Amino acid sequence: MLNISGINEGFVLDHIQAGMSLRIYHDLKLDELDCTVAIIKNAKSNKMGKKDIIKVECPIESLDLDILGFIDHNITVNVIKGDKIVEKKELHLPKQVKNVIKCKNPRCITSIEQELDQIFILADPAKEVYRCKYCEEKYINPARRK
Amino acid sequence: MRHLMSPLDLSVEEVSDLLDLANDIEKHPDKYAHACEGKKLATCFYEPSTRTRLSFEAAMLNLGGSVLGFHSADSSSATKGESVSDTIRVISCYADICAMRHPKEGAPLVASEKSLIPVINAGDGGHQHPTQTLADLLTIRSLKGRLDNLTIGLCGDLKFGRTVHSLINALIRYNNVKFVLISPEELRIPDYIREDVLRANNIEFEEVERLEDAMPQLDVLYMTRVQKERFFNEEDYIRLKDFYILTKAKMDLAKKDMLVLHPLPRVNEISVEVDDDPRAVYFKQAQYAVYVRMALILTLLGIKVD
Repeated sequence: MLNISGINEGFVLDHIQAGMSLRIYHDLKLDELDCTVAIIKNAKSNKMGKKDIIKVECPIESLDLDILGFIDHNITVNVIKGDKIVEKKELHLPKQVKNVIKCKNPRCITSIEQELDQIFILADPAKEVYRCKYCEEKYINPARRK
Repeated sequence: MRHLMSPLDLSVEEVSDLLDLANDIEKHPDKYAHACEGKKLATCFYEPSTRTRLSFEAAMLNLGGSVLGFHSADSSSATKGESVSDTIRVISCYADICAMRHPKEGAPLVASEKSLIPVINAGDGGHQHPTQTLADLLTIRSLKGRLDNLTIGLCGDLKFGRTVHSLINALIRYNNVKFVLISPEELRIPDYIREDVLRANNIEFEEVERLEDAMPQLDVLYMTRVQKERFFNEEDYIRLKDFYILTKAKMDLAKKDMLVLHPLPRVNEISVEVDDDPRAVYFKQAQYAVYVRMALILTLLGIKVD
């Protein structure tokens, strides 16, 4: 059994789909934070069989819930203060995401216009479909849970 | 300040008002001949389009205004690497309204976000061409008397044809409109139109390959050109360009009051012999396009003529 110590202040991202933790680590820019991060891969889970967990010791406001909701809104976010879970935050699909994914349409203006933000807007919440704000290219989250 | 990026930027009521205004312009052109005196339209065309550009320019000149602009990326500062955002900021100092065509999808939307003047999308890649759609709606409503209870055949390049996509999006807002989608396998309507627009809104449609099979049931046949500039592969273009040719014999299969529309330019897809058929209204459609662009310029500039 692998033991990782608890954290005093920060957050624990639980119920991450197995294999997704490194993408989340990258997209949340945790590599840019000067703090302790523990990534647990393929932990046993009654609910999911296997799951990933990320523990981060840092102020909770450093976490971009929109990006996390975009990647997978089924992740459980436990807020830790004084070694205890003080809050469980619910994630939602954000109405739009900025500069998280890049439009793949070679005909899109985002492919040539300098310093134009890559903005995707939630088009169909039920199917978790986003569309590029400019060319309406479709994006379906590959991590979407069926 | 309002812009026009997609036909859906206008509500059904606003479209109706715009078409009413266009019909009034058609009946009383003199009344509007000086409505835009002192106003300037900038036509910013990053890719060639004689027809749309001249139609916009004719519309502004008919309203007593003036026009300026460029008609290819080569003759604009885009060749020097200027962004669309910067270009529109500068154009905003020169003109009162801008019509922009750009090969990149979403470019007019980028312009509208930085512009100090109304921007009209005059076609952005394979994406939207809202003024063509408004011209199509005006033509159908003026000549059929309605936009509901119609069976519309869309024929040709349904994959890349932005006029077709825009027209479907605009027409599904009217009651009891049925579509017959006529195309070769390779140029079928994209999934996002089939699933997210037609099926999602419970719109009746069928997909067929033979034009002859579709003809008898159509109230409107909307022909399109297979556009060379949308293909990455020349071989595919050559194979598909003459897939459909509307001839007199095929017109004999159609209803007596069916309309044939085409956004033009035509290449081979409508035989010249069809031009004399009173049901062939594509040249009238080009005239209606001027009226609807006049109505749009007046509306976006907030100019009312009593």
